[in-house]
Amino acid sequence: MSSRQASVSDPRPPEDEEHIDGAGEGDEVMEEVEMQEEGYTSSTPTSTLTWISWFCSLPGHEYFCEVTEDFIEDDFNLTGLNTMVPFWKEAMEMVLDVEPEDEDTSKIPDVSIVESSAEMLYGLVHQRYILTRAGLQAMVSQVSFSTTSSVPFHIHVHFFYLDGTSANPLNFPSQLLFYQQAEKYESGVFGSCPRVYCVGCNVVPCGRVDIPGNDTVKLYCPNCNDIYVPPSSRFQGVDGAFFGTTFPHLFFQTYREWAPAPFWKALTTGGSPLSPRSPGTQPAPRQPTFVNPNQHGGQKRAAGYVYVPRIYGFKVSERAKSGPRMQWVRLRPESPEELDMVDWRGRWINEEDEYDDDEEEEEEDRQMEDFDPVGFV
Amino acid sequence: MPFNVVEDASTGSDSDYSSTWISWFLSSKGNEYFCEVDEDFILDRFNLTGLNNEVANYSQALDLITDSLDEDIQDELRGSLDVQARLLYGLIHARWIVTARGLQKMLEKYKRADFGRCPRVLCASQPLLPVGLTDIPYEKSVKLYCGRCEDLYSPKSSRHGSIDGAYFGTTFPHLLFLVYPTLLPSKDPETSMHVTGKETNTLGDSRNRRRLREEPEAVTEGGGEGISTASVAMKAERYRPRIYGFQINEIAKLQRWQEAVRDRQIARLEALEEKNP
Repeated sequence: MSSRQASVSDPRPPEDEEHIDGAGEGDEVMEEVEMQEEGYTSSTPTSTLTWISWFCSLPGHEYFCEVTEDFIEDDFNLTGLNTMVPFWKEAMEMVLDVEPEDEDTSKIPDVSIVESSAEMLYGLVHQRYILTRAGLQAMVSQVSFSTTSSVPFHIHVHFFYLDGTSANPLNFPSQLLFYQQAEKYESGVFGSCPRVYCVGCNVVPCGRVDIPGNDTVKLYCPNCNDIYVPPSSRFQGVDGAFFGTTFPHLFFQTYREWAPAPFWKALTTGGSPLSPRSPGTQPAPRQPTFVNPNQHGGQKRAAGYVYVPRIYGFKVSERAKSGPRMQWVRLRPESPEELDMVDWRGRWINEEDEYDDDEEEEEEDRQMEDFDPVGFV
Repeated sequence: MPFNVVEDASTGSDSDYSSTWISWFLSSKGNEYFCEVDEDFILDRFNLTGLNNEVANYSQALDLITDSLDEDIQDELRGSLDVQARLLYGLIHARWIVTARGLQKMLEKYKRADFGRCPRVLCASQPLLPVGLTDIPYEKSVKLYCGRCEDLYSPKSSRHGSIDGAYFGTTFPHLLFLVYPTLLPSKDPETSMHVTGKETNTLGDSRNRRRLREEPEAVTEGGGEGISTASVAMKAERYRPRIYGFQINEIAKLQRWQEAVRDRQIARLEALEEKNP
């Protein structure tokens, strides 16, 4: 039984799970907080807190990073946005905490309109900012990939953000802020992939369109290359355009060591797929270091198991009407060379040679077979 | 029954009056995935074959489930007995839901989306089904199977994340779709089994549309003979990562390979269908 030990535990790292669940469970509570905050909005944020850090600390805004003021102040970065945001000047003043020059507020019907403009402005600037070097860095610092470097920085500050009220990062020196955000990610602010066989791979926020007002924020998993609905309903009010379609991919292009490689071979050790090889990141000591021959490709060992449905321990045949039809979506070839066997139109090169029914079946069997040694007993 | 009076007093906060242990169990928080096992099923000892080796205090636990426990034992044993009764109920449940009546009860829950909905965006809130990764208790927690993307997800809530997967078993969702092939969800993200008012999908892949062969099967129970599922995968849409509108080389290559694998499977299945229509 002790050898089974590994397979007993859940695939997801316990911390992550707890935090995500915390988010899920806490929904009602969080919403209440939000309501209070909503009423709060009308009054200007307290003097010690800038509008930006206040905004980023609101419940549901955990995915945002703080855009630096010089980025917003550079007009070039805002090109084209003034046509999308009503009450541009007032919104700018609000975001940058500038006292209005003229006290002529009569033309603004309601301060809440300016607030929504400010929110829109900040979101659109945020979409651009996170694609810059500084912005990617700011998001990275929220993304801890549990590599060694971030380990010493587990200071206990994440609850600042999770309760959404007391965050005031500006009271801290900027160095500390960085570590706080590292902790912020680690505490599951972006969360991990809900798919079981992604083994808790960290996700990043993204949008499905770059135009605001179309869709809410989604989460992209680099392991399955798929997008998911955030687990907590408090993100359903966050516009996906504020993160944009490009961000996750530019992010993983920039930080290749966190992008899983597109091929995968089962380890011959015969361990269970769900053995806690840590959240799919650090290779266990016994494994050789992982290298993708494509140096521009993903440099992390993928979590490549694909679920195989079984009835009383027997695989459901693909010949059954209810047989597996979607395994291809998650499948990876065993070696990078196999990827080259398909041309740019998506057809097999040398179809005649390759396409051999028996061989194919055997191949797929091999790939999926050895990952459930537990099976049905 | 005197026992129930005690039970009710102890859980006085429960608003609904629970007449039996099972209904109390089903109504307590976190047990939303379970369905009610018919009493006749439990009382038929044949159905419980082998469970006496899995559960300590088997007979008392069984008595507790069936509300026939003697009053006098209950004080000293209560705590541990409750745990054993839950284990026993879970293991019986795993056997029950793969029977005809059990499948039907779970089907009702599935139609109400009691097990939650698929977090994958392109699954359009497809209702999920519970499944275990092993049939042995105390090994893995329950997971959720999506019939649309045919993949497994972890429950969102820790209440459900801590339920033993063996209480549902590895077989259940697949047997359900084997028995009710008409309930197989469409792969097309635009058709949703439940009216959910989903946003329209903007990631449409025109390449996929071209090869669509069959319309989404009307969900009519019983008429599952004629449907062909050989090429349903063509309808499935997928997310295509893009940077400033351009696909990313390595991911696009992987996706082309995956789609070539899909096309090969479809060719295989269609050839098979032609041979044995």
